[in-house]
Amino acid sequence: MTEQTQAVENSSRFGGTSVSQIFLGIFGHFIVKRFLFFIFVVWLASTVIFIIPRLSGQDPVKEKLLLEAQRGGAMQTGLDAMAKKYQKRFGLDQPMWVQYTNFLKDLARLDLGVSIAFFPRTVNEIVFESLMWTLGLMGTVTVIAFILGTLAGAVLGWPRRPGWVQYVFMPLLTLAAIPQYLLAMILIFIFAFKLGWLPLFGGYSVATLPELSFSFVIDVLRHAVLPAFAILFSVVGFWAIGMRGMMINTQGEDYMIQADAKGLKGSRIFMRYAVRNALLPQVTGLALVLGTIVTGQVLVERVFSYPGIGDILFQAIRLSDFFVIRGIVIVIILGIAGATFLLDVLYPLLDPRIKVRS
Amino acid sequence: MTESVTTPDSSAPMESGGWSQFNEERVRPIKRYALRNPSLIWGLALMSFLLLFVGIGHLVWDTEQFRPLSTPTRLAPTLSHEMMKSGEPTGEVRAFPFGTDTAGRDLLAVAILGTPLTLRIGLIAGFVSIAFGTLAAFVAAYYRGWIDAAIRSVVDVGLAMPGLLILILIRINIGRELTVDEMGFALGLVGWVFPARTIRSQVLVMREAAYVELSRLSGTSGMGIIFKEMLPNLIPYITASLVGSVAGAILASIGLEAIGLGNFSTPTLGMTIFFNIQFSSITLGMWWWWLPPLVAIVIVFLGLFLISSGLDEWSNPRLRKRV
Repeated sequence: MTEQTQAVENSSRFGGTSVSQIFLGIFGHFIVKRFLFFIFVVWLASTVIFIIPRLSGQDPVKEKLLLEAQRGGAMQTGLDAMAKKYQKRFGLDQPMWVQYTNFLKDLARLDLGVSIAFFPRTVNEIVFESLMWTLGLMGTVTVIAFILGTLAGAVLGWPRRPGWVQYVFMPLLTLAAIPQYLLAMILIFIFAFKLGWLPLFGGYSVATLPELSFSFVIDVLRHAVLPAFAILFSVVGFWAIGMRGMMINTQGEDYMIQADAKGLKGSRIFMRYAVRNALLPQVTGLALVLGTIVTGQVLVERVFSYPGIGDILFQAIRLSDFFVIRGIVIVIILGIAGATFLLDVLYPLLDPRIKVRS
Repeated sequence: MTESVTTPDSSAPMESGGWSQFNEERVRPIKRYALRNPSLIWGLALMSFLLLFVGIGHLVWDTEQFRPLSTPTRLAPTLSHEMMKSGEPTGEVRAFPFGTDTAGRDLLAVAILGTPLTLRIGLIAGFVSIAFGTLAAFVAAYYRGWIDAAIRSVVDVGLAMPGLLILILIRINIGRELTVDEMGFALGLVGWVFPARTIRSQVLVMREAAYVELSRLSGTSGMGIIFKEMLPNLIPYITASLVGSVAGAILASIGLEAIGLGNFSTPTLGMTIFFNIQFSSITLGMWWWWLPPLVAIVIVFLGLFLISSGLDEWSNPRLRKRV
């Protein structure tokens, strides 16, 4: 955060009128700095993604065609001509730097290319269709887990909590040590297979058509319950452990002793003095674990055959559809970098000390 | 822990005082510490239990049966299974305490072989990532300047890219199955950024400490300060992050394998999970297929989690007074 205080300082110091000073003022501002960093991350990540296939010296299009030829058997002849045609179609016959600038141009327009396995369909179509499922599930679960976990951790780190709390929550915290997809398997076995309360897999029943009706919504929700809980259980533990540590750290602080000495009510000290101060590092934590939440969910979706990003990724890997895999990786990195940028921008609003210090 | 310091006059405790003095000076402080730090002890106990299972298993069981078609298929756990050959009982009775799967693997052999393989991936990846991370952290935090800026931006970008996805891309482009060691190494190369970041911040605090300042004034070189003054003081912290890295790498390796990018000829825990998902063992009701790898993974993670929180207490004395 020191960078940010410095940035705020700079912008106030360069508050003059000359063009160069305004220029400095704008680029010294931490939001602009953060945005430039966001662009830098996306650029570097996409460059890495561009380089990796070139390093291995393999041609994904030709590989795919060879695979198809082996399966089909009939179209062995003219394979090279076909590969050439495809290479032209995907621009793979041009010099490296042309390919690179084309790749960046396409990326800037958010055009992720065309799928090899489902040929006429674009990667954008495929990815965004499944992204709705993933975001719907993950967004809700992350918010619920953050609130529940933070509350549980706050109570656990509070010295005047009732004694039974520890015995209820502590076993829950150990769930954080269990990978989400294993929890998913246990939940499927108990609630879908043994008890039969909830569906075994999928995002909606096979027999129904996706439409905006009451019964379909209920169907979708029923399918979302188990994946949601699989993610929820393990993520709640993560938040609770972090929050508990922060709450314990606030105990020795001067403002806590002062609040106590003033004779404030316990609930007020708890919410306004302890929780409020312990909450801030949790927000930073959110930025750090976003990546693990996303990849965790990708695997949970695989276990449930949930029609989100994870399932599409698995299908694409199975069919060795390189462009879809690349598109998914880019979308996820964009999402994580964007969310981190937003959190960075919002952080000074939550923590007034960052501005006061300048 | 002052009790554990040997006094100068008893330079050879084993000879002068025998077992009782050794017990007094070495074992008792460990015991006392163990009582105060139960999570470390429970974690170590869980891991030793797993290693014991693996060790005894290797001694008493025929582990070659992990290969497909070496046993009858879809057998529930049984201690006396009469072997059949073309519909006729052969009279031979064999035990399959963990049952067999759809492809005819003995699941006990799979469990015995798979657990250490998965741990091996984790350990290789953990050591590689901690080695790289520590090196980068020390170089960045000690020398500062442009080298720090460069390392920091690489780390920041690395944190924004989930390692699992990068590994998927690499694996797809290599186009062949990775061996266990290669996968561990690849995971380590992707996973060094997080330890690099946390260790760097520790070094930043430490380089302002008085003893480092003193060492610098008395003319110790930069590398000398790093290796003689700073590194020994950070060992507890680095050990704690090593455990975290191992757990993270195991998680990522199982993820990679579960999504179908593992090595199909090695029976790691992740591959067993993959076959479970692929052949939907849960809907087939073959609980004996998915339960052992699941229990093994849970024990590994719980053990590593307890060890790391125990080490946390060791490395961060502020935590000792409370809780």
